[in-house]
Amino acid sequence: MIPATFTYRRAESVDEAIELAGQYGEDAKFLAGGHSLLPLMKLRLAQPEVLVDIGRLRDLSYIRDQGDHVAIGALTRHHDLATSELLAEQLPLLHHAAGTIGDPQVRHRGTIGGSLAHADPAGDLPAVVLALEATLVARGPSGSREIPATEFFRGLFESALEPGELLTEIRVPKPAARGWSFQKFTKRAIDWAIVGVAVQGDRIGLVNMGEKPVRATAVEQALASGASIRDAAEHAADGLSPASDVHASAEYRAQLARVLVRRGLEEARARA
Amino acid sequence: MKVTITVNGRETSAEVEDRTLLVHYLRDVLNLTATNIGCDTTTCGACTVLLDGEAVKSCTVLAAQADGREVTTVEGLAAEDGTMHPVQKAFHENHGLQCGFCTPGMVMAAVSLLKENPRPTEEQVRAGLEGNLCRCTGYHNIVKAVLAAAEETA
Ligand SMILES: Cc1cc2nc3c(=O)[nH]c(=O)nc-3n(C[C@H](O)[C@H](O)[C@H](O)COP(=O)(O)OP(=O)(O)OC[C@H]3O[C@@H](n4cnc5c(N)ncnc54)[C@H](O)[C@@H]3O)c2cc1C
Ligand code: FES
Ligand code: FES
Repeated sequence: MIPATFTYRRAESVDEAIELAGQYGEDAKFLAGGHSLLPLMKLRLAQPEVLVDIGRLRDLSYIRDQGDHVAIGALTRHHDLATSELLAEQLPLLHHAAGTIGDPQVRHRGTIGGSLAHADPAGDLPAVVLALEATLVARGPSGSREIPATEFFRGLFESALEPGELLTEIRVPKPAARGWSFQKFTKRAIDWAIVGVAVQGDRIGLVNMGEKPVRATAVEQALASGASIRDAAEHAADGLSPASDVHASAEYRAQLARVLVRRGLEEARARA
Repeated sequence: MKVTITVNGRETSAEVEDRTLLVHYLRDVLNLTATNIGCDTTTCGACTVLLDGEAVKSCTVLAAQADGREVTTVEGLAAEDGTMHPVQKAFHENHGLQCGFCTPGMVMAAVSLLKENPRPTEEQVRAGLEGNLCRCTGYHNIVKAVLAAAEETA
């Protein structure tokens, strides 16, 4: 299948990307790796009138050690994350999770910025940046602003980005608690997570446990008040309403979350 | 819009609709029909080609995104005199195909895999080909072929 007709514009600089997005307003969408947007457009689930291609903005593709944090350009591809020695050393959770996304072809195209901006509750990286307490940097016509990951995901495919605002950088603090784990439950190799759990220390991000990526706050609170891993993990689905779909019922997802959170916390503790 | 793409070492250029997918540019504009389309959901990998040397699914890349860049399809692998590429030869010798529908994509994915990891383990070959589905072989001989190609070229 092919997408409905649209106008393609290629941005050669960050300024031009923001200018083009401003010029076309609500009709335009940024195109990064295209591996969420183009599949939706082929199925006609999305029909933007204008695509502003930001895929050539090489100056937004980098992974830099900034002392207390690692700065990652929004156009950095999953493949680059998964093969970065700096990340393997400093942010093994992100390094590992990026390598589990889709397949090698998907990882050669998809970007961290696209994954976060898309705000798909089934996406892996949103849960990871939640557990890592990252800060997202966005640029619009009136300048840059910083958005904590915990305030970035607003609803189903809905982020805190204003229309025309470009995600430029992800700042990830180097975690004080080194233990980490990424639990991704799938039926077949290439599948998305039915439920996923990202753990860094005692911070926990959940994949596919509701309409937006979330932290497992009830578990975090139980741990903080001294509960054992086994007891705390029982709260993994508290207050959450995961979807029922062809892959799993809501009850099954809730049970998976409890089991995977326990496994994740145990693995993180063993690695600490 | 006008796109100019180097395909299998030759510069090509055409006026296409903005929404043209790379796979349609290859098949319909250039008549390079080895690259197959097997699904609508970026799942099967039959359309895999190399973009600047890396495997991508050409059904999920716009021709516009490949403008000014280099694409290699399975038609571009063999030498001028027809000598098969080591991966093609290994598929041939290890019976790495039956109906052949997945093969162009499978071969290109394997070429990309071996470029990134010249001496993969069997497990790494299986993981490296997870974006390519085969309905016939049960994968066993495909994996054997890729390991044989690695042996041959390393
Ligand atoms: C077969 C397949 C399997 C997959 N499996 C997984 C998986 O297991 N786990 C997983 O997490 N993901 C998976 N994905 C999704 C993949 O990770 C995508 O690459 C990612 O979700 C989107 O990144 P992108 O760069 O391709 O974004 P695009 O598709 O280009 O864009 C997605 C959205 O974000 C917006 N956008 C992109 N970049 C920016 C920016 N810098 N600023 C503002 N807005 C922006 C776009 O306008 C669009 O709305 C899979 C995809 C496919 C096709
Ligand atoms: S045609 Fe199936 S992945 Fe491209
Ligand atoms: S040989 Fe028939 S699909 Fe692979």
